[in-house]
Amino acid sequence: MYFATEAGLAAARYQMAISLGFHIILACFGVGFPLVAFIAHRRGLMHRDLDAMRLAKRWSKVMAVLFAVGAVSGTILSFEMGALWPGLMGPFGDVVGLMFALEGVAFFVEAIFIAIYLYGWNRLPARLHLWTLLPITLAGIAGSFFIVSVNGWMNSPTGFSVAPDGSIVDVNPWAAMFNDAVLVQWTHMLFAAYMVSGFMIASVYAYRWLKGDRSRINRLGFVIAFSVAAVATPIQVLIGDVATRRLVEAQPSKFAAMELIPRSTTGAPLTVGGIFIDGEVVGAIEIPGLASFLATRDVNGAVPGFDVVDASDLPPVNVVHWSFQVMVAIGTALFALAVWFGWAFLRTRGPPTARLFWVAATGAGVAAIVAMEAGWITTEVGRQPWIVWQRVRTADAVSASTGIVASAITISAVYVVLAIFTVVVLRIIGRRTRAGENVQTPYGPTSVDR
Amino acid sequence: MMLVDVVLAIIWTGVTAYAIFGGADFGAGILDLFAGSATRGREMRRQLEHSIGPVWEANHVWLIFVLVYLWTAFPTAFVSIMTTLYIPVMLAGLGIVMRGSAFAFRKWAPTLSKERVMGAAFAASSFVTPFFLGAVAGGVASGRVPPGNAAGNPWSSWLNPTSVLGGVLAIVACTYLAAVLVARDATRTGRAEVASSFRQRALWAGFLSGAVALGGIFVLRIDAPTLYEGLTEPWGLAAIMLSAGAGVASLVAIARAHHHMSRVAAVVATSAIIWGWGIAQYPWLLPETLTVEQGAAGASVLISLIIAFVVAGFIAVPALVWLLSLMERGILGSDDVTTQAGSSDALIEELSSQQA
Repeated sequence: MYFATEAGLAAARYQMAISLGFHIILACFGVGFPLVAFIAHRRGLMHRDLDAMRLAKRWSKVMAVLFAVGAVSGTILSFEMGALWPGLMGPFGDVVGLMFALEGVAFFVEAIFIAIYLYGWNRLPARLHLWTLLPITLAGIAGSFFIVSVNGWMNSPTGFSVAPDGSIVDVNPWAAMFNDAVLVQWTHMLFAAYMVSGFMIASVYAYRWLKGDRSRINRLGFVIAFSVAAVATPIQVLIGDVATRRLVEAQPSKFAAMELIPRSTTGAPLTVGGIFIDGEVVGAIEIPGLASFLATRDVNGAVPGFDVVDASDLPPVNVVHWSFQVMVAIGTALFALAVWFGWAFLRTRGPPTARLFWVAATGAGVAAIVAMEAGWITTEVGRQPWIVWQRVRTADAVSASTGIVASAITISAVYVVLAIFTVVVLRIIGRRTRAGENVQTPYGPTSVDR
Repeated sequence: MMLVDVVLAIIWTGVTAYAIFGGADFGAGILDLFAGSATRGREMRRQLEHSIGPVWEANHVWLIFVLVYLWTAFPTAFVSIMTTLYIPVMLAGLGIVMRGSAFAFRKWAPTLSKERVMGAAFAASSFVTPFFLGAVAGGVASGRVPPGNAAGNPWSSWLNPTSVLGGVLAIVACTYLAAVLVARDATRTGRAEVASSFRQRALWAGFLSGAVALGGIFVLRIDAPTLYEGLTEPWGLAAIMLSAGAGVASLVAIARAHHHMSRVAAVVATSAIIWGWGIAQYPWLLPETLTVEQGAAGASVLISLIIAFVVAGFIAVPALVWLLSLMERGILGSDDVTTQAGSSDALIEELSSQQA
């Protein structure tokens, strides 16, 4: 029985990681893509810009596919919340329920208006059609707030009391929603969504540029998408700094794992690379005082180490440290790329011409996704062994179902196929629309391909 | 207690909405499965695609709504259901994932044969998903889910007479609803021949639904006594009679091609079954083990849910009404692909002809 639960716990965590890790990418596009499309569509209408209109139309087809896969992969998550984590949703379902309910409202609005937008190309008055993108964009922002508020609550649980018999009483769902972590976590996720969308869309056009496509439409597609990401990136770096410093007080063991600090100390060096084995950090480059400086704005500041909690309450420190470093490294590189773009744009009203920039921009899309996933792993694994910070252990929350190993394997297989199909279909959309435009066939209504 | 009953009614309204909107959506996939060969069924499949294309995502929001409200208002019942019935729950979830993705991918398939594979995945998952959801309902209704973390039997909780009844009834009722609604769409867009094919299927599925529902009463008598008892009390009986009456009326209306009438009657017949189930099971959340009152969250939570429902009513409902009315007026999703003057497409055409 004990072993069954161990295997079940591992399988449940893995299944949740796969399901969420898959959905989070599509959710980013659900939040960020409508904004990118809005910029193009608005430009098309206001400046009677054919290229911008064509981009908006092309993107609406891509959005349709991404939104569909995002919607269904999100639906199964609401099954898994209860089916895998009864110890979370049983005692606390009522505490976090309101946030999910409001997220549901946001998603409903998004689903309705995206249908109207996708099907409205040839029927709705152009201006009204353009403005249907606005509720989609706003619903994405609101939806990300509500869903991240749940995660914020898991990191910073408030809005309830525990009765002497252990039951949860005095539930205040509004206090739970506006928990201490929500603001910084939500904005960090929101700007991650804009970065992922912007860099990923731009990377497609950067790749075409490398392939020799110097057309105006290709350049415009790149500039619109990359600009969104380039504006989001510096803001994201600032939010990330606030988010990390907040942890010193709020979740010191997570902070210690991220920075790989074995003992609470003052004047802690920044540990670049390295792993923690047998009580020692091995193979790291240490930059004196920098960890303390980043955390406290004082090179001699005091920062927490692993010793702030019992060894059994530490997260897997190497996973947290490395995912954090990957996120920071990629984020820094993307920041440099954004600055390069901004500098060139200020001087020449256009993107840089150096080939290196375009090579980097081609990789920026996937890199942004990797950084976002790494950041998510940092916060999720860093919270361990708790599912609800210092309230419920993940191991105590897991379902006792016997089928989880089988379902975890099945879900993995399905998502691998789904990921491949999604990429294949997106490539087909790209190829077909390009082929259509190269021969100068305007897409007539007969190809009113949603 | 009043408050919890209000929330229960909200949840049951969501269940009803999902049964109708989501049900018709699944049913469209099932009809796709039985539309015949690629060439023969072409017109029917096109009609189905036009009828559900713009609404399928919104239709399934109702499911999320029901799940979220259930876990917020009745967390113990929710986790008990989800963990005991883990297998059909995950199969239904996978069915939903496959169905939506295949539907979105289908029209981009590079070849006809690949399009057919996608279409088959869409149609087959439309067929099995309502079965699993109906089986979950049957497992709950027949009292096979005790409170607790996976406390019930993982197999017999959904492989039992009531679950099979729930699953089969879900399949035939979805098909019936979809056929009635799509027949009306097809008539409206002037495709009399397709409409008559759908009417024929609506008649068959309607007869089957009625037969399964009536026969099901005997299954419940043996397999789900608590539910059966509730159904034989006045309000339960009233729901059964209403459903039967509306079902017969809709069949007559279908046969006479009165599309508006058949649509209303079919929706009433389906809703009456859902409410009959709810009334019969009340006050049990999990029959014989957990009552509504025992399983309910605190007052502040229930009030927040009511507030959220009202907010949703002010924000999402007008939007939904607009979407449905655009479809109703044939502006979205119709097969008529002419470009309206002043639309975004018209601008693209104008600008590209200037360029050329």
